[in-house]
Amino acid sequence: MSLSLTGYVILIVLALTIAGFFAARSRAKTSAGGDIRLLHSLPNYYGYNAAMFTAVPAFGVMVIWLFAQPMMIDNAIFSDIPDGMIAEGSSRGLVMSDVRRIAEGLDIAVAQGALSEAEAASLQSDETDIRSLLGEVGVALGSDVEAEVLLAAQSYRAQSVSGTFWMAIVTIALAVFGGAATIFVARADFRARNMVERGALAVLILAASLAILTTIGIVFSMLFESINFFRLHPWTDFFFGTSWAPNFRGDSDLSILPLLWGTLYISIIALLVAVPIGLFAAIYLSEYAGLKVRAAAKPLLEILAGIPTIVYGLFALLTVGPALVRVFGRGEEGLLGVEWMSGATAVLTAGLVMGIMLIPFVSSLSDDIINAVPQSLRDGSFGLGATHSETIRQVVLPAALPGIVGAILLAASRAIGETMIVVLGAGAIAKFSANPLEAMTTITTRIVSQLTGDTDFSSPETLVAFALGLTLFVLTLGLNVIALYIVRKYREQYE
Amino acid sequence: MSDATHPSAPAVTPVPGKGSLLIQDARTQKRNAAERRFKAYGIIAITIGMLMLITLVYNILSRGTGAFQQTFVTIEVTLPEAKLDKNGNRNIDDIKKVSTFGYAPLLRSAFEEKTAALGIQTGMKSKEMAGILSASAPAQLRDFVIADPSVIGTTVAFEFLASGRVDGYLKDRVSRDSIANDNNISVAQLDLVDQLVAAGSIEKRFNLAFITGSDSSDARPEAAGMGVSMLGSLFMMLVVLALALPIGVAASIYLEEFAPKNWITDIIEVNISNLAAVPSIVFGILGLAVFINYMHLPTSAPLVGGLVLTLMTLPTIIISTRASLKAVPPSIRDAALGVGASKMQSVFHHVLPLAAPGILTGTIIGLAQALGETAPLLLIGMVGFIASNPPDSIASGLLDPNSAMPAQIYEWAKRADPAFYERAWGGIIILLVFLITMNTIAVILRRRFERRW
Repeated sequence: MSLSLTGYVILIVLALTIAGFFAARSRAKTSAGGDIRLLHSLPNYYGYNAAMFTAVPAFGVMVIWLFAQPMMIDNAIFSDIPDGMIAEGSSRGLVMSDVRRIAEGLDIAVAQGALSEAEAASLQSDETDIRSLLGEVGVALGSDVEAEVLLAAQSYRAQSVSGTFWMAIVTIALAVFGGAATIFVARADFRARNMVERGALAVLILAASLAILTTIGIVFSMLFESINFFRLHPWTDFFFGTSWAPNFRGDSDLSILPLLWGTLYISIIALLVAVPIGLFAAIYLSEYAGLKVRAAAKPLLEILAGIPTIVYGLFALLTVGPALVRVFGRGEEGLLGVEWMSGATAVLTAGLVMGIMLIPFVSSLSDDIINAVPQSLRDGSFGLGATHSETIRQVVLPAALPGIVGAILLAASRAIGETMIVVLGAGAIAKFSANPLEAMTTITTRIVSQLTGDTDFSSPETLVAFALGLTLFVLTLGLNVIALYIVRKYREQYE
Repeated sequence: MSDATHPSAPAVTPVPGKGSLLIQDARTQKRNAAERRFKAYGIIAITIGMLMLITLVYNILSRGTGAFQQTFVTIEVTLPEAKLDKNGNRNIDDIKKVSTFGYAPLLRSAFEEKTAALGIQTGMKSKEMAGILSASAPAQLRDFVIADPSVIGTTVAFEFLASGRVDGYLKDRVSRDSIANDNNISVAQLDLVDQLVAAGSIEKRFNLAFITGSDSSDARPEAAGMGVSMLGSLFMMLVVLALALPIGVAASIYLEEFAPKNWITDIIEVNISNLAAVPSIVFGILGLAVFINYMHLPTSAPLVGGLVLTLMTLPTIIISTRASLKAVPPSIRDAALGVGASKMQSVFHHVLPLAAPGILTGTIIGLAQALGETAPLLLIGMVGFIASNPPDSIASGLLDPNSAMPAQIYEWAKRADPAFYERAWGGIIILLVFLITMNTIAVILRRRFERRW
């Protein structure tokens, strides 16, 4: 009902916009006596101008209203709920979500014709069985509805209806006013194009600012929930504790150190795989390989970077893990006859597979950087009688070193933030151990497991994911900034 | 004849002295060996990379193609009027009252007739024999009858999915030894399967339902398909395309063509390059906190997934769009300005159309990345939900809980059943086919519109 009113408003404003476009355009033409050469701008610009001033303020207000209204009504009702109504073990927020649910249910009941509008507004919980009524229209309620909750829901609905009504009036009024004003000014000497272009520029700026908004969104969303977490859980324990043992009955050990250890351990193994292979591949491709080999090998290696990480996750879980178990595992089946590995998920499994994924990151970036080393340096070295490999080792690589370090740091930040491979390949046990054949867990794995399933955002066991996410964000951002700084600074040297 | 040979130096090669270029002294040999070794390292590194790629592709193909084949059991089922339509008036509401439990006995008696007709002696009860069928068989029968009530009272030959274990047996995943502790299937049932295969009633063939169907519960791997999650992915991609392309292009135009060089635009630029490197799971946390907790958008909805992926894809699109805008030579802009166009007109009428192929290529690559992304979808709940029906409208496609292709694959990978593993690999084949197609289109576009100024 409120949705359909909003829908009508959108349609009306759109109709006004189109009407405004043609009205302003023809009025401008008429004012020039039909000779468009006398107009300041092309006729369409008068139309665009009218359409812009009809639609943009109206829709702008509407969007803000749609976001603000539920919050304001929520707040009003929230503070109206008497303390006595909040049952043991419940909270104001839970009562509030009941209110919202019942209001929604009443809306659906009215829409399906099970209730009339007047009935929905005057229902009383002691006269009608609200729960079964709403159950019939497909809204399941956990318990019977208390009188105050029903009243709150009804006032919620009443306020929504009046809010939406006023929104419709304000929006349409703005559209009419904006349209009328621009049609009125649409005369031959009106500088319509400049106006439209200023509007377009504003849109462009708005789009560009979205990057900042996203970052602010990321930081604030994680910061708020992290603060909530640190209210429930001492931050010293989070950063300096040594054990991770979440327990959904409360009293959990939530400390990031074991997770950090797992993350770093896996990342280091991944880099031990990716850096030598990637670096030597880059050296070969840029220094030795012929044009044909290069043209074939480089894109083939880059395919490895384009494969979705879920594929690598599955590869780790079902291929590499079992293969490692066959080598290091149980006595009879194990090729080495040792019993070092019990399950397919292990640090080594995830590390190896992640290393494969990172090869092209290292190789492509290093390749670019090695190519950027000027030929004159090599020629000088050859002139002194150095062999090709000596030139590479002693001249090219030192010159390219900062850039290569940057590339490795970028790969490291990838490794730290990688999720699907570790979720499927690394296991779920948080511990400090140096054995790469054991299962361990990482920050990203824990974020996934704390936030999937039943999430109740009042327990530290759930909120800890936000603190983990914030740490991860800061960690990878730091690495990226350093890496980008090194790469940029280095590249300027030969320009 | 005289010996006309020119008197010459005795045929002894001169002994090169120390330091001659003609022999390699120990140090040169060492250096040359080092050179060869160094080159070999490079070749080894590239070979390892290629081997990994080949292993990966081989693994996917060898393990995943099985998912496109499924075992079907053909049996003739009699549909008695007395049981399915007691009143005999073909009233659809009455027919619908017969639940799937009402159809199970029909399958059992059909099995008894079948074995009797083939002369197979099993000593099994009919219920056990019917156990080689998928648990979805009675529902399939019921749907068939409800779709066309006129079949009641006739005998129809049906193709039912065999259970996951039987399917695994015919694909060599399950053997007589491996089922020793398996409650779902017995050796006697496998014997029956062998006899039915010999009689031509059980066969493996292409299974379209894997591509078009929906996910199924844990007990019925044979009935699980990718179709509905493909639709979920499609709706997410629509959201990403509708939002990321215009916003990304607008932002790039501003930064590349209009932005003054000041600290604000500097911050925006640094921000964009940093956003491109933020771990994807952080975007999932953002989506959970902002879209679901704060805005109360529905959990598991492709709309939310699309919004999160939009934010993730934006930096990619902005970076590639800026590159293609930059590639349009200044002379184009100057020419437009020279004939009296405004700055805005020169950009929108001249530069943008010329940069369009490059923008499109970047967008397709960004979309392909978004299509394969899993981690953020886990956080906004696009896993663990079994979407059984394809969405019936655009709104329900956007707002109803659904899965996405990579999330569906993850879901199957978590179920510790080899039959689901096979489907996960099969799902990966489908996902990769999409990605390869998109990337090929991007490459073709790039080739087709490549322009040298």
